[in-house]
Amino acid sequence: MPAITLAPHAIKLPSPSFELVHAKLPNGLRVVLAPDRSAPVVGVSVLYDVGFRSEPEGRTGFAHLFEHLMFQGSANLEKLAHFRYVQSSGGTFNGSTHPDYTNYFEALPSNALERGLFLEADRMLSPRITEENLANQIAVVKEEIRVNVLNRPYGGFPWLELPPVLFDTFPNAHNGYGDFVDLESATVADAADFFKRYYAPGNAVLAVAGDLDPEETLRLIEKHFGGIPQRRVAKRPDFGEPPLTAERRATAVDAHAPIPAVAVGYRVANPVRELDAHLANILLTEVLSDGDASRLQRRLVQGDHLVTDVSAYLGEFGDPFDERDPTVLTLTAHYPDAKSLDRILRAVDEELDRVANDGLDAGELDRVRTKLASAMFREMDAVISRSLNFAKFELIFGRAELISELADRLSVISDADVQAAAASLRPDRRAVVELIAGGAA
Amino acid sequence: MSAPALNASVPALGTARRPRKFTALERTLDSGLRVVVVRKPGVPLVEVRLRVPFLSARATHAARAAVLSDSVLTGTVDHDRAGLAAAVQRLGGDLGIGVDADRLQVSGNVLATNLRGFLDVVADVLTGATYPAKEVVAERERLVERLTIARSRAGVVAGEALAKRMWGDHPYARDLPEPEDVQAVTAAQVRRLHGDLVRPEGAVLVIVGDVSAARAADLAAKTLDGWAGAAAAATRVPPLPSVQPGPLVLIDRPGSVQSSMRLGASALRRDDERYPALQLANLIFGGYFSSRWTENIREDKGYTYGPHSGIDHHALGSTLQMQTDVATEVTGPALLETLYELGRLASLAPSTDEVESARQYAIGTLALSTATQSGLASTLSSLAGVGLGPDWLAEHPRRLAQVTRDEIAAAAAEFLAPSRFATVVVGDAASVRGPLAALTPVV
Repeated sequence: MPAITLAPHAIKLPSPSFELVHAKLPNGLRVVLAPDRSAPVVGVSVLYDVGFRSEPEGRTGFAHLFEHLMFQGSANLEKLAHFRYVQSSGGTFNGSTHPDYTNYFEALPSNALERGLFLEADRMLSPRITEENLANQIAVVKEEIRVNVLNRPYGGFPWLELPPVLFDTFPNAHNGYGDFVDLESATVADAADFFKRYYAPGNAVLAVAGDLDPEETLRLIEKHFGGIPQRRVAKRPDFGEPPLTAERRATAVDAHAPIPAVAVGYRVANPVRELDAHLANILLTEVLSDGDASRLQRRLVQGDHLVTDVSAYLGEFGDPFDERDPTVLTLTAHYPDAKSLDRILRAVDEELDRVANDGLDAGELDRVRTKLASAMFREMDAVISRSLNFAKFELIFGRAELISELADRLSVISDADVQAAAASLRPDRRAVVELIAGGAA
Repeated sequence: MSAPALNASVPALGTARRPRKFTALERTLDSGLRVVVVRKPGVPLVEVRLRVPFLSARATHAARAAVLSDSVLTGTVDHDRAGLAAAVQRLGGDLGIGVDADRLQVSGNVLATNLRGFLDVVADVLTGATYPAKEVVAERERLVERLTIARSRAGVVAGEALAKRMWGDHPYARDLPEPEDVQAVTAAQVRRLHGDLVRPEGAVLVIVGDVSAARAADLAAKTLDGWAGAAAAATRVPPLPSVQPGPLVLIDRPGSVQSSMRLGASALRRDDERYPALQLANLIFGGYFSSRWTENIREDKGYTYGPHSGIDHHALGSTLQMQTDVATEVTGPALLETLYELGRLASLAPSTDEVESARQYAIGTLALSTATQSGLASTLSSLAGVGLGPDWLAEHPRRLAQVTRDEIAAAAAEFLAPSRFATVVVGDAASVRGPLAALTPVV
């Protein structure tokens, strides 16, 4: 029998292996445990399979507002109690809302593991949502939007400006932070409906990483989550939209921005069903903009002096494994001369053509994927990011194990795959948003 | 299966496991470079932090240091700019340079098996950076653009105004350089600054990761043996002036939907025996989510997304820094509640529950933040910047465990008194001047 032959370009990347334990409770809750007893800390993460793509029309920003409400008290906990229990245990907490999911998490000393599980189970059972807490958190979210978007140059650029141009359907195109009118219209009844529809145990993944004994932890999980009644989980709709066939252009005025910026977006391969194409897209973004040796840094920043900075990435917030179909390959740049946009776009197209037609330099892909693998390992060092990542891969890709396999999967992506990825980014497939500097001196 | 957990009680904490004690290998090379290495397996990486003292009283320093920092990786004797970046990528590495008033910092990480190659690149940069004139000019232009972008943010404007208010013409007030000073920087000046200050004497190299400590220290000694010399005598930097509270400084940002509020006062250094008490007092006031300030102006009143109060440590001293961005129409009430919470903690001892919560948070989050390779490396590096070694880190949980409520009350009375703070607000002056002036003098 012939030995397994690696493609000639295959290089050996280290691949740390994580011991994973899977379980599923009768109520449908999926559980992933990743024991690592090297430090007495644990990460507890719960991901619900609902993000801002699923919020109803007329209620933009509701998924994120609801995330805030999940911290306002629950079956056995008064307002403020969640924060106080986590922090007085020596831990930290947070939550965040993404296009396809919402996460809640705690990093804790391992002697607080059961407490962390209890806190998550208590709000999965029943958040305590009152008129007063709703009004308070609507005010807080409005201040969040003011500080991050309205009072900030380039705030929300491009994640709020690009989707309405690139996409046609409400789930993908709307403002995920929310319109103030919609936020102010939210009611306690809306929250109850949203919880009932999307926060069932069968619609969630719980991941715990760090200093834990798997058997004992499964017993604790059963104790605290096992009593949460099973509820029907609605099938998630397919939000996919086909690639554009004609270029779209739009402008957005930013009152605070001192110099213009541009975002170019392309609808690209389905990350889950076409993982290899997705990995080729990821490697392409690294070839284009990671560091001073990358194609667009050399051309646009160092060579032509057209832009102050340039960045290419996948995923709404720059995490390529954060969302299902449709996902976006985005290029952004800030540039001092408002009249240079067409030159910038032409230079981008030329660089994409160079990759597509002339291929990559010797060693270029290897160095880029070595760096990428290294960055992915680094991301897995903290137990809290480990638990978040395992939960995310379990939820989005159906397999937490995929994380450990990525280095191997990346090592067989070829130059030709990356060339094909570049060749698909044609001008007629892109949406371009020009940010006009309303704050220019 | 158990019944739904209604009327369940919150589980008690188990027995705490102590973090594994780490051993730091410390060695001073002939060049004067101090090397600190901690073996910390986990992911197959190594974190590197090299901290070079960079404090100077020269008026031209901030601009030259910023241009140096932005152009030091644009070429060496052995590599051009792209070649240098490609070499680092090939190792599975990341290399960056940052500068502030205190230090130049070389930060990076690399696959553990490639530490040697990575240190070779660092050595190449330290001893062979060429600062090609073309690159320096281009980086100068980019820096001016980035400064313009930074100063279009209300928080940056407020931070600069607060630094000026607290430190007057001390170099600490000039963290971000002025565009015209940047425009005037030449490649020759940057090369001279590199030669004068980028020297091993007084610098500290921290290495943390999946590597044998002795081997890493040997590699550092071998790869960096060509880096030598002491820094040219710098102009003496005056001590930090004491903060004069004075009237609130209001900076107009016409039409702003929020007001960016910043408060600052002097604090204690980490090696002061009262520091742990001040650390806990600050947490109770506004240093974490379960603090009085957050529970009041966010969770009760909804004035803001996130207030935060922290202690910043610099080579010449430490400061309390408080920041919040509040809706324009509640700017006066937000200042009122802030002064009230400061005054309440300065005047009345906190409750035992508040003390215990802050204590556990401080101990627990110290363990969390040093449980990663990058967290431990950064912590050790910043401790080194104020002259503290790894033993400070090992002993700090015990100090926190022993602080008493009375000591916290005393620290709060002295350091959190609202009368001590310099205050800056950046907002729509037409709307907020009246409400602010009702509470405190405004200029």
